[in-house]
Amino acid sequence: MKIPHIRFEKRLETPRWLPAVSLLVALLLAMLTIGIIFLALGVNPLVAFQRIFRGGFGSVFGLKETITKTIPLLLTGVGLTLAFKGRMYNIGAEGQLLMGAIFATGVARFLPGLPAIVMIPVLFLAGFVGGALWAVIPAFLKTRFRVDEVLTSLMLVYVASEAVKFLVYGPWRGTDTRGFPITDEFPAAAQIPQLAASRIHYPTLIVAVLLAILVYLLLKRTKLGYEIRVTGENPAAAHYAGMNYHKIAMLVMVISGGLAGLAGMGEVAGIHYRLRPPDSISPGYGFTAIIVAWLARLNPLAAILTSFLLGGLLVGGDAIQIALNLPAATVQIFNGVILFFVIASELFNQYRIRLEV
Amino acid sequence: MLEFILSALRAAIPAGTPLLFGTLGEVYAERSGVLNLGVEGMMIMGAVAGFGVSQTTGSVWLGILAAAVVGGLMALIHAFTSVSLRVNQVVSGLALTMLGLGVSGLIGKPFVGQPLAVRLQPINIPLLSDIPVLGILLFRFDLMVYLGMALVPVLSFVLYKTRLGVTLRSVGENPAAADAMGVNVGLVRYAAVIFGGVMAGIGGAYLSMAYAPAWIEGMTAGAGWIVIALTIFAIWDPRRALLGAYLFGGVRVLQFRLQPLGISPNLLNMLPFLLTIGVLWLSSGQAAKKRIGAPASLMSAYSREDR
Repeated sequence: MKIPHIRFEKRLETPRWLPAVSLLVALLLAMLTIGIIFLALGVNPLVAFQRIFRGGFGSVFGLKETITKTIPLLLTGVGLTLAFKGRMYNIGAEGQLLMGAIFATGVARFLPGLPAIVMIPVLFLAGFVGGALWAVIPAFLKTRFRVDEVLTSLMLVYVASEAVKFLVYGPWRGTDTRGFPITDEFPAAAQIPQLAASRIHYPTLIVAVLLAILVYLLLKRTKLGYEIRVTGENPAAAHYAGMNYHKIAMLVMVISGGLAGLAGMGEVAGIHYRLRPPDSISPGYGFTAIIVAWLARLNPLAAILTSFLLGGLLVGGDAIQIALNLPAATVQIFNGVILFFVIASELFNQYRIRLEV
Repeated sequence: MLEFILSALRAAIPAGTPLLFGTLGEVYAERSGVLNLGVEGMMIMGAVAGFGVSQTTGSVWLGILAAAVVGGLMALIHAFTSVSLRVNQVVSGLALTMLGLGVSGLIGKPFVGQPLAVRLQPINIPLLSDIPVLGILLFRFDLMVYLGMALVPVLSFVLYKTRLGVTLRSVGENPAAADAMGVNVGLVRYAAVIFGGVMAGIGGAYLSMAYAPAWIEGMTAGAGWIVIALTIFAIWDPRRALLGAYLFGGVRVLQFRLQPLGISPNLLNMLPFLLTIGVLWLSSGQAAKKRIGAPASLMSAYSREDR
């Protein structure tokens, strides 16, 4: 039996226009594929796409919501670009995000007397620390015992999610919540301000954009960034060059976990002002951020654009859920198909590809 | 107390059966050198296909067949991207999981809330099922449980004692050498990955048709990821897969049995995931000591031109 053989000829150099074009073609093909899946499952793809676009980008309200969802995606996505560059497959950002939310809630709960000028920075710090600690566990197991970080970081998502539920159903359940599994409202000083008539908690947004620039500079302009890139691309070479793998692996995990933790902090302190059950804090931002990072081709600056796109997709996804009565998981179809086409398109930048049947 | 232990042990076996099917399949896929992180997606697609087809046709066996086919088709996508296109296997598997979760949600929507009209019937094995204690413990399950058990010796015989098994292992350990010996590396990998998908699909179907006969969106709830961890725990050996799968089945049972004692269900729900991390940690130590590990070419694509 003959399976299709695809020949790869390594390109000596990639034409400058190629990456953008291949990405665009990949996105178009992904949309076509999603359309076919929708059609096969009895959903009119044209209506669905139009509703998604209109929902996410077609109105002032939609755009505000899109920017609101861009914040956690950008924070988490930027962290993941760094982790993936260093070839640490941190798949558990969702858990780190939830831990950041728990830590921030802890601060609001146990240090209620702080003035806003102190409280807000402490919240950011707590969110970062919570996420970073949760990422240190897989990093430690990976560097010390060579335990695969994909599985451990992912298992910790489920643990973090149960921890949030435990807290809101148990010891942290509010006194005045009429039986709902939520904590009491944060004190006013622990509520990150929002832009008027929107849910955009702009201090977090500003921090997210600044961090995208910082991480970009770290990767491109510093010795450490160089070491991260070499470790990711060629671990053996990094080793012979005397680079400390343990240090780099731990560092990229701490930063990516910390940024995911900031995202979780932003959700509870910038939008809900309470800790809530995990699926009302995050509809899977930690997983969607993986696509943000790959779609940006692991470039932190490009993540600003891709997080905005995927934020819009999430908002539009909510819109078609309601309008076309589709299940919540529908948006995962977009995630999966886009990811397939994006990784496949990267090959065209590195190789000339010929099909031999 | 004895009764409690016996009934828990008895319940552990069906609870571990979806994991067993999934793990046996993933062991074969990874033995060929391909890591498939899409197990969760293939299982959930198997679950929805199995439930949907048996509900509409009234035949459990058509349901299981459909689940196997759907699991295999899902795996075909991963085989194409990771073997033919040679893309990053981690990301491709992850994409497969997302795709499966999404598509199954959409397909399964009409079935939400329906009880399954047809069931797999338990089969009391004559004579053996009458043995006191042991009879109830081991010989009164449905056919799929027995099939899972029976596949363990079969798959380990094939893997270690047949030419096919040697070919599969050589492709996973040293694809270049296998290629030089005239083995079609790509074909072997395609077959192993698709077999893994078929098994994951069946495991998922067992979940929605026998273990918890209903369709619930996202009902695999991490079982597919536990399968991948069990594959490592099993050190890629079908015999140890049985042990791991039933152990985790036992944990699942314990989760429900301990709840009446007043322990928070949320803390109990953490158990399988914490145990998975513990098990991975333990296996890494064992692997280092015994100098056994993953198939040498796991996660690396093979191409003759790159040799």
